[in-house]
Amino acid sequence: MRQHSHSVETIAAWVLALLWLLPVAYSLWSAFHPSEYATRFDLTAPLTLDNFVRAWNQAPFARYYLNTVMLVTMVLAGQLVVCTLAAYAFARFRFFGRDILFALVLVQLMIMPDVLIVENYRVISALNLLDTIPAIALPYVASAFGIFLLRQTFKGVPNELVEAARVEGASAFGVLWRVFVPLGKTTYIAFGLVSVSHHWNNFLWPLIVTNSVESRPLTVGLAVFGAPETGVDWSVITAATVMTMAPLLLAFLLFQRQFVQSFMRAGIR
Amino acid sequence: MVSAVMSAAEPRAVRRKAWLTNVNAWLLLLPAVVLLTAFTHYPILATLYHSFFSLSRGGASEFVGLENYTYMLEDHVFWQVLRNNIVFAIATVPTSIALALLMAVWVDKKMTGRSFLRLAFFTPTVLPMIAVANIWLFFYTPNYGLLDQFLKSLGFAGHNWLGDPSTVMSCLAVMVVWKEAGFFMIFYLAALQTIPPELKEAAQVEGASRWYFFRRVTLPLLMPTTLFISINALINSFKLVDQLVIMTKGGPNNASSLLLYYIYEVAFTFQDTAFAATLTVTLITILAAVALTKFVYLDRRIHYQ
Repeated sequence: MRQHSHSVETIAAWVLALLWLLPVAYSLWSAFHPSEYATRFDLTAPLTLDNFVRAWNQAPFARYYLNTVMLVTMVLAGQLVVCTLAAYAFARFRFFGRDILFALVLVQLMIMPDVLIVENYRVISALNLLDTIPAIALPYVASAFGIFLLRQTFKGVPNELVEAARVEGASAFGVLWRVFVPLGKTTYIAFGLVSVSHHWNNFLWPLIVTNSVESRPLTVGLAVFGAPETGVDWSVITAATVMTMAPLLLAFLLFQRQFVQSFMRAGIR
Repeated sequence: MVSAVMSAAEPRAVRRKAWLTNVNAWLLLLPAVVLLTAFTHYPILATLYHSFFSLSRGGASEFVGLENYTYMLEDHVFWQVLRNNIVFAIATVPTSIALALLMAVWVDKKMTGRSFLRLAFFTPTVLPMIAVANIWLFFYTPNYGLLDQFLKSLGFAGHNWLGDPSTVMSCLAVMVVWKEAGFFMIFYLAALQTIPPELKEAAQVEGASRWYFFRRVTLPLLMPTTLFISINALINSFKLVDQLVIMTKGGPNNASSLLLYYIYEVAFTFQDTAFAATLTVTLITILAAVALTKFVYLDRRIHYQ
């Protein structure tokens, strides 16, 4: 009886899993087959890269890739520096106004930049940065979430290690660089993976502040390319869609465990 | 003599050190403070400020008191998007939580191919919403789309899923549940792994059924996780609007529009930034209320570890 219910559950789990993979599997099918097979599932259908070639030639995807890579690099590099410094101050210094300032940092956890699109657009416009990659990146650089995560990590660093480094004559920066940063490695990886995935996928804000091929990231490029008005063939749009999600999807398939653990660590806090 | 000099110098040294600590700390915080002020605190205050002023098309904007708010309360589209957002939250939050729990329980068991199952459930989480929207848009395309082709093969008629106000929300909700459930699964998975196996053994000795154990032991122990996920899912339901840009543009006739999407439309299509600021104040208030609930009910409890 118990054995029986087990196998029923296993089957149910597998059915749900296959159903869950169906949209992705379908997009791959449609991207790699000629358009007349877009909804005809014939195992003998010929494979082709033609859709990718056409998508690549019809829109500047190479430039979009470059923009997205620059964007996520810029955001992550900025976040790592800014959040590390801030977290170090919060975790290891007793200074005037610390608690109020920390509360002010946490405000960003509940009211994220994604919601403040109207006023952030004005700020970016006042800074004369409209339609540039820094415009997309800047609102996210001082990540409250990153500060919070790193502060937690830094608080757990044993005092003996800090004292030992001090005795050896390390400055405040030296201690940060040689003791705290190496011990925060797991947090950095977790935060980095979550940040890169988030900004690779981000859409609404980049859509608002960019207006040209030179600054548009992949997601916005894909939306412009796939707009119904353009009349582009469905299979070509799927090929573009696959191109947009492929790097993250491949990274996820290769480093599945790190991804799941990072999202979990970053989410639980 | 020597000791007197020492005691006079000591407080000064201490004070100097405290002063240095303060300067160092504030210097470390400077970049974060500048950026947070520019892109979080100032915009919040500016939103509030602009919500009390008229739109300055060319001329100067004037203080209009609560006029924008009265306009908002009389705007039937505002009420519709707010209702849509609540419906959307009710449709997606409990479903994705229930599915996430089911997935976690399955993946946690020694089931054949559990790492494949985990992979399958989690995959939608790493995909861009905009790519997901593109794929699902084709599922829902009338006649030619996958859903209609499937239904036709069973003898049903085609249907304009996203063009019909009565089906558009459900279609979008199904997609969002698909995208989010796997993400929430991993939190349940983490929580399930902290439940001591002795509890299960004890229950088995007592002859409790699996369902009874799940209902009386597992579920209550997972309560903090459930609350944590509910809050996050609720916030997401007010934040996720990418799909609308591609799939429906809020239509037909605002039937699928959500509050943030309406803000986007009002600000960047209708160029009415004063009214957009007023709507943003409403959204900020909702998010702050959710966050405070979280603070009061969730952060006080002991969870994880």
